[in-house]
Amino acid sequence: MFGYAVRRLAGAVPTIFVVITISFFMIRLAPGGPFDQERKVPPEVEANLAAAYHLDEPLIEQYGRYLANILQGDFGPSFRYRDFQVSELLRDGFPVSMQLGLAAMILAVTLGFLAGSLAALKRNTPGDVAVMGLAMTGIAVPNFVVAPLMTLILGVWLSLLPVGGWGGLNHAVLPVIALALPQIAAIARLTRGSMLEVLRADFIRTARAKGLSEGAMVTGHALKAAALPVLSYLGPATAGIITGSVVIEQIFGIPGIGRYFVQGALNRDYTLVMGVVIFYAGLIITLNLIVDLLYPLFDPRVRND
Amino acid sequence: MPATRRFVLSLALALATSWLMLAPGASADGVLRLGNATEPESLDIHLSSGVAEANIQRDLFEGLVAEAADASLIPGAAESWEISDDGTVYTFHMRENGRWSNGDPVTAHDFVYAFRRGLDPATAAAYAFILYPIKNAEALVAGDITDLDQLGIRALDDRTLEITLKAPTAYFLDMLTHHMAFPLHKASVEEWGSAWTRPGNLVGNGAFMMDEWVPQSHIKLVPNPYFHAAEEVSLDEVWYYPTEDEGQELQRYRADELDVTYDIPADQINWIVENLNDEYRNFPYLGVYYYAFNTTEPPFRDNVGLRQALSLAIDRKVLTQRITRAGEIPAFSFVPPGVPGYQQQVLEFADWDQAALNQAAQALYAEAGFSEDNPLQIEILYNTSDNHKKIAIAIAAMWKQALGVETTLRNEEWKAYLASRDEKAFQVVRAGWIGDYNDANTFLELYVSDAGVMNDPGYASTAYDDLVKGAAVETDPATRGQMLQDAERIFLTDAPVIPIYFYTTQHMIKPWVEGWVNNIKDVHPSRFLSVGDH
Repeated sequence: MFGYAVRRLAGAVPTIFVVITISFFMIRLAPGGPFDQERKVPPEVEANLAAAYHLDEPLIEQYGRYLANILQGDFGPSFRYRDFQVSELLRDGFPVSMQLGLAAMILAVTLGFLAGSLAALKRNTPGDVAVMGLAMTGIAVPNFVVAPLMTLILGVWLSLLPVGGWGGLNHAVLPVIALALPQIAAIARLTRGSMLEVLRADFIRTARAKGLSEGAMVTGHALKAAALPVLSYLGPATAGIITGSVVIEQIFGIPGIGRYFVQGALNRDYTLVMGVVIFYAGLIITLNLIVDLLYPLFDPRVRND
Repeated sequence: MPATRRFVLSLALALATSWLMLAPGASADGVLRLGNATEPESLDIHLSSGVAEANIQRDLFEGLVAEAADASLIPGAAESWEISDDGTVYTFHMRENGRWSNGDPVTAHDFVYAFRRGLDPATAAAYAFILYPIKNAEALVAGDITDLDQLGIRALDDRTLEITLKAPTAYFLDMLTHHMAFPLHKASVEEWGSAWTRPGNLVGNGAFMMDEWVPQSHIKLVPNPYFHAAEEVSLDEVWYYPTEDEGQELQRYRADELDVTYDIPADQINWIVENLNDEYRNFPYLGVYYYAFNTTEPPFRDNVGLRQALSLAIDRKVLTQRITRAGEIPAFSFVPPGVPGYQQQVLEFADWDQAALNQAAQALYAEAGFSEDNPLQIEILYNTSDNHKKIAIAIAAMWKQALGVETTLRNEEWKAYLASRDEKAFQVVRAGWIGDYNDANTFLELYVSDAGVMNDPGYASTAYDDLVKGAAVETDPATRGQMLQDAERIFLTDAPVIPIYFYTTQHMIKPWVEGWVNNIKDVHPSRFLSVGDH
C-alpha cells in the first residue's frame, strides 16, 4: 500500500504542473486586467503599475518567473488585496473553509447514510417514502434558496441563531446544515439503492440461512458492503461541498477561501486565482488518493498494488 | 495505532479550538457595527480608490482639513490657515496637540513626506490627480521632473506647512479631505513596507486605531487615545464588515447583527418603506446615472438630432418612480444639484409632459431619416446587474413605443465591460459618475477633447474645451461658475450623453445610532456617532 501511495503522489506532480500551466494562460485570456478601473490613471502611472507587477514582460517570462517563485513557496502578492500575500490569505482562510467543509461532510455522510439505510430496511413504508421525498427536495432546491430561508426563519424571526459571521459554535450551525443538505440527500438516495442491492446478495442470504440475527447481519455485513458506492461518491461529494462553499461563504459572510475563487476571477486577481487553483488541485488529488487507499478496507475484493 | 489515534485527536483538537478566534462584535452600547460593501483592496492611503476603503481610512487618519458630521469643512490636523490674495499659496498651522496613535507629534514634515510619496511615479497612485492642483505635481507623476524639492509643498517649520498651487483652485480645501491628502508616519511606513497597514503596525492620526483585521470577516477599530479631540469620541469599538450581497446585509441588520447598512436591496424597497420606514435613510448623492453615445461612429456621429430624440423619448419619471424607486431625481442635466456656487443647468424641456416630449422626439427622429420602414437598430451595453438590466429593458421599450427603435441589450461582467468601454466597442453604454470632490469640474472635465478614454462618447467641442479649461485657471469664483455653467449648457445641447437620474444613497440605521447626518457626500465619520442604550 505504501508503494502504491508513493506512486500515486509522484503521478500527481505532472498533473499539478499541467493545471498550473493551463490556468496561468487561461486567466490571462479574459478581457481586462487586475488594475482596470473606471477612473483611468495617467499612462505613466499605468506603466509603473505594470512594471511593479511584471505585467509588461512577455507572457512566457512572467510564466517562468511565477514557476520559479512557486517552487520557493512564494505565491506572490494578491493583485486585488494589495496589503496581503496570497499565501497569507490562503493560510488564514483555509482552516475556516476546512472546518466548514469537514463538518458538512461528516454531517452529510452520517445523516445520509443512516437515512438511506433505514429507508432501505423499511422499504415501501411511509418512512421510506418520507425520507426519499425529503431527499428529492434537498437535491432539487439550490442552497442559495435554502440558506436565506433558514436565516430568515431561525435568525431573523426566531432569533435563535446568528445570520452571519464566523466564530463560535452557533455561527457554524446554519452554514454547515445549508452546505450539507444537498449531499445528505444525494448520499441517502445512493445508500438506499446500494443497501437494497446488498440485501439481495448471495452472501447475505447465506448469513441468514446460517441463522445470523437480522441486526447482527446488517451491522456486521450489509452496512460495510453498502458503503462502497458512498465511498466512491466522496470524491464528487467533496467537489460539491467545495463549490457549494463559494455560495454559502458569501451568504453567511464566512472568511473562507471559497469566495477567493470567484471573486479572484472577476477581479482578474491572477495570483490569488492561481493560488486557489493550485490549492484545490492539491486538495482534490489528496482526497482522491485517500479514498482509494480506504477502499480495500471496505471491499476485500479490491486490492491496491 | 496509538500514534495515528494521537495524530487524529490532536488534529481534531486544533480544528475544534480554532472556532474561538473569530467572533464578530456583539450588540452593545458604545459598539458600532457597519456594513461596508467590499473587503478593502488596500488601506494604504495612496493605493486605494474605493468608497469602502475611504470610510475606514477616514476613521484612521485626519488630513489638514476634516469633515464634520454634515460633511462641512472644519479644521483637521491644521487648526487654521491663510490663503494668499492671488489664491495660489496656502499656509497651514498645525495643531500643537496633534499626535499619532503611538504618541509621536504630527508635524508638517509628515504631510510633505506623504504628498511626495503619493506623487512619486513609483507609488503608481490611481488617485494622484487629486493633488494635481499643486505646483509641479502633474510633472512629478509624469516623470518630467525628478527633483522633489520642486513640488509645491514644503514645511516652513515643524508646525507650518506651505502649499503652492499652479493656479487658484476654488475646491482645493475640499480636495484636502480626500485620503490622498492624509499624512503618513514615515518611520512605520518605511519599517513595515507593504505590511504597514496591519494591526500593530499601522500608525494613524485619526480618531480611531486599528485593533483587528481578519480578511473577509471584519476590521475592528478602537479609539485613539492621542487624538486631539479624543474626549469627544463616544464609541468604544467600530466594526466594519464586508457585506457584498445587499439582501444578506439586510438580513444581518434585521437580526441585529449590524447597526448601519451600506446599501439596501433594490428589489425589497417597497417592503422596507412599508415596514422599516423609520430606519430607512435616503438622500441625494453627488452622482449621475447616464447613457453615453459613441459619437465617433455612425449612427450617432454628427447626428445631434437623433441623439436628442432618444434622450427626449425616455420617461425619466416612470423610471425613477416605478423601476428604481429609491427616491432618485430625474436628471435633465449632467452636474447634480447641491454643488456649491453652481447654478444647475436644466434644458427647457425638463417640465414638459411625456406626450409632448415624445412628439418632439418623433419629429427629430424622422428628420434624421428613420421611420417605421427604416427603424434605427442599436445596442445598449451595460455591466451585469439586475438594476441596470431593468432600466435597459424599460428604456428599450420606451424607444420602441415612442419611436419604433429596435434595441438589443448586451451585458458584460465588470472588467470585460470596462475593456469594451475603453475600446469604444459600443453604440450606447450605460455609465455612472460619482464626483470626486464637491465641484462641477469633476463632472465636466470628463468631456474635454483630450480627456482620453474617460471621454466615453468621444465628444470634441472647442467651445466646450475653452470654457472648461479657462474655468480651471479663473480666479474670480462668479466668472468661473458662469464659464462652467455655459460649458454644461453647450454639452447638454449637443447631447453626447443622456443623463437619466441623479443617485441617492440609502442606508438602514438602527434607532440607537445617534449623530448621523445625511449629506450629499455620504460621509459619516465615526467620531461624531454614538450608540445609545438598547
